[in-house]
Amino acid sequence: MIHVFAFYLFAVLTVGSGAITILSRNPVHSVLWLILAFFNAAGLMVLVGAEFIAMLLVIVYVGAVAVLFLFVVMMLNIDFAELRAGFIKNFPLGVLVAVVLLAEMVLGIGAYRAGAMELGTPDGIGATPAGMTNIEAIGALLYGRYLFLFEAAGIILLIAMIGAIVLTLRQRSDVRGQNIGKQISRRPQDATRNVNPEVGKGVTL
Amino acid sequence: MTAFFQSLGMSYEWAWFVATVSGILLIALPLLLGVAMIIYADRKIWAAMALRRGPNVVGPFGLLQSFADGLKVFLQETIVPSAANKAIFLIAPVVTFTVALMAWAVIPFSELAVLADINVGLLYVLAISSLGVYGTVMAGWASNSKYPFFSAMRASAQMISYEVSIGFILICVVLWAGTFNLNDIVRAQQGHGLGILNGFAFNILLFPMWVMFLISSLAETQRAPFDLTEAESELVAGYQTEYSSMAFAAYWLGEYANVLLMCALNATLFFGGWLPPLDLPFLYIVPGFVWFLLKVLFFFFVFSWVKATVPRYRYDQLMRLGWKVFLPVSLGFVVLVSGYLMLTRYTV
Amino acid sequence: MTVAQLIKSFTLWEFVKAHWLTLKYFFKPKATINYPFEKNPLSPRFRGEHALRRYPNGEERCIACKLCEAICPAQAITIEAAPREDGSRRTTRYDIDMTKCIYCGFCQEACPVDAIVEGPNFEYATETREELLYDKAKLLANGDKWERAIAANLEADAPYR
Repeated sequence: MIHVFAFYLFAVLTVGSGAITILSRNPVHSVLWLILAFFNAAGLMVLVGAEFIAMLLVIVYVGAVAVLFLFVVMMLNIDFAELRAGFIKNFPLGVLVAVVLLAEMVLGIGAYRAGAMELGTPDGIGATPAGMTNIEAIGALLYGRYLFLFEAAGIILLIAMIGAIVLTLRQRSDVRGQNIGKQISRRPQDATRNVNPEVGKGVTL
Repeated sequence: MTAFFQSLGMSYEWAWFVATVSGILLIALPLLLGVAMIIYADRKIWAAMALRRGPNVVGPFGLLQSFADGLKVFLQETIVPSAANKAIFLIAPVVTFTVALMAWAVIPFSELAVLADINVGLLYVLAISSLGVYGTVMAGWASNSKYPFFSAMRASAQMISYEVSIGFILICVVLWAGTFNLNDIVRAQQGHGLGILNGFAFNILLFPMWVMFLISSLAETQRAPFDLTEAESELVAGYQTEYSSMAFAAYWLGEYANVLLMCALNATLFFGGWLPPLDLPFLYIVPGFVWFLLKVLFFFFVFSWVKATVPRYRYDQLMRLGWKVFLPVSLGFVVLVSGYLMLTRYTV
Repeated sequence: MTVAQLIKSFTLWEFVKAHWLTLKYFFKPKATINYPFEKNPLSPRFRGEHALRRYPNGEERCIACKLCEAICPAQAITIEAAPREDGSRRTTRYDIDMTKCIYCGFCQEACPVDAIVEGPNFEYATETREELLYDKAKLLANGDKWERAIAANLEADAPYR
């Protein structure tokens, strides 16, 4: 009973907040509804027993990606009049996207009606073995069967990260930064000198 | 507890429901009371280190000061700025407060007293603590005022930065314990240091991780010396600037509940949670709950102590510490710890 | 960087030292007094809340010479005067706006009959602004209330005048 109730609660909230994400006029509200959708999707994951994925969804998407999203959207200075000005011009494009999405949904429902997809392989390698937590199961798959693909994905992400850094990093010679190591290693005797100059004579700096 | 309610003649589902709700209340209500007392303790410790007396008028030794403050705040008028985004402005403190309480579900108070003994406990804590930033960001944006907004920007950048290194530090602990379940992590710490000390912090490889975790948890809870989000000399009161009355109090409570949570995590992950500090049989007579509480209070003292000692960081120094010091060092330690375990525990 | 410095920076030595210092202070006796229950001694010249004094026979001292009103740099004092039934010159109105007053003490210096004085009381915070606009009745009441302390202070200060 409580499972059914929880499922419908999460499902309705996911779909509902997803819909409001699109319908909401204020982009910040959209992002907040999107976060709620993510969160409820994580709830659904917990219900099907994939708690590891659920937690990762919350940590990665809600905790990091959506915060950066929100960050960017909050910084935007949105002029609604200007947004509406391009409505007629972009209308055909919008219709095209809508048609494509509709076609995909129809296809998706059709495929679903045609019968459930075979998840995992018949030999049972893909399925979660009994008596194993799903962290162990995922680990066994990622570092066993899919080791090469997993490492390749890691390297691709690393290259992307290095690329982003290369594109944005520039050495500026006109700013003076703080060299903390240098500051810490500085001692009084390196910086000051006691002198006893004669009367009438100056001090060389 | 479910079994107890079942024995009263309820069906399993109802018994589970009632048991969970009463469990939540059993954690949340003492927690709120504890938060009130901890605010008082914070003020007293801070005052004592500045050679002051701190609150001492309301109740014996001023013990009821927090309740007096709460009453005062409760009677205040709730002010919503006219230019604010009303709904988000009012939801934001609720989010902070709720999120601060949520993470307590998986903290083991003693071997049996844990609301949800799930096997991704640590990930759950990480997930919930990463949600904490939303209350701040929403408040900053919805206030429609520049200082709260700056504060929200700072908060989100700060929390994301330190979550990365906290993640790696926790990976080290998980590698050593071999589980994400907090109760099992505690059990793994029994007799860990020299065969007699309970706690990962007495491990030479994990001790630096604990120091970094302590500092990161200060940054994560936006406590001094990393309280840049409410740096009064720059940002008035940060994201709370436009808040008054109960909304303000909700932030206050949420903030301290988070501080307590971080203290509890320090105790659970590195100092053996509900285990006694020494692995001696006669120490196990004292219930685990007491040890856990003592450890949390000790860490809270450390938090206040740091607040009374260290001046506030500058923002670029904070970012440097997070990204250029903690991130590489913790990453290096993940390699080191996993390499060591590979050599000793899992023979290649 | 020497080896000693390296060790110091990696053991966070400065932080350890700082925390040891604050821990020592934690156990030291407090430097502050327990204010509402303990109070610091006040100088007899302390300039606090104003009061209008009376002679021992109950006659008010003020003769409405308006010297205090004239000298007040903040223009906080307002006086109106008229002859009383017995023909003596008295104030009909003596107002001090305590929100304007800067507590310079010029009024008590100017007063030829020691009528307006600044007493030793400094705990007269109010909840509204209006309560700080003192009138003659309030000032006379203050005088009656604080007469003993004020008289003692004046006497203690008299040899130095």
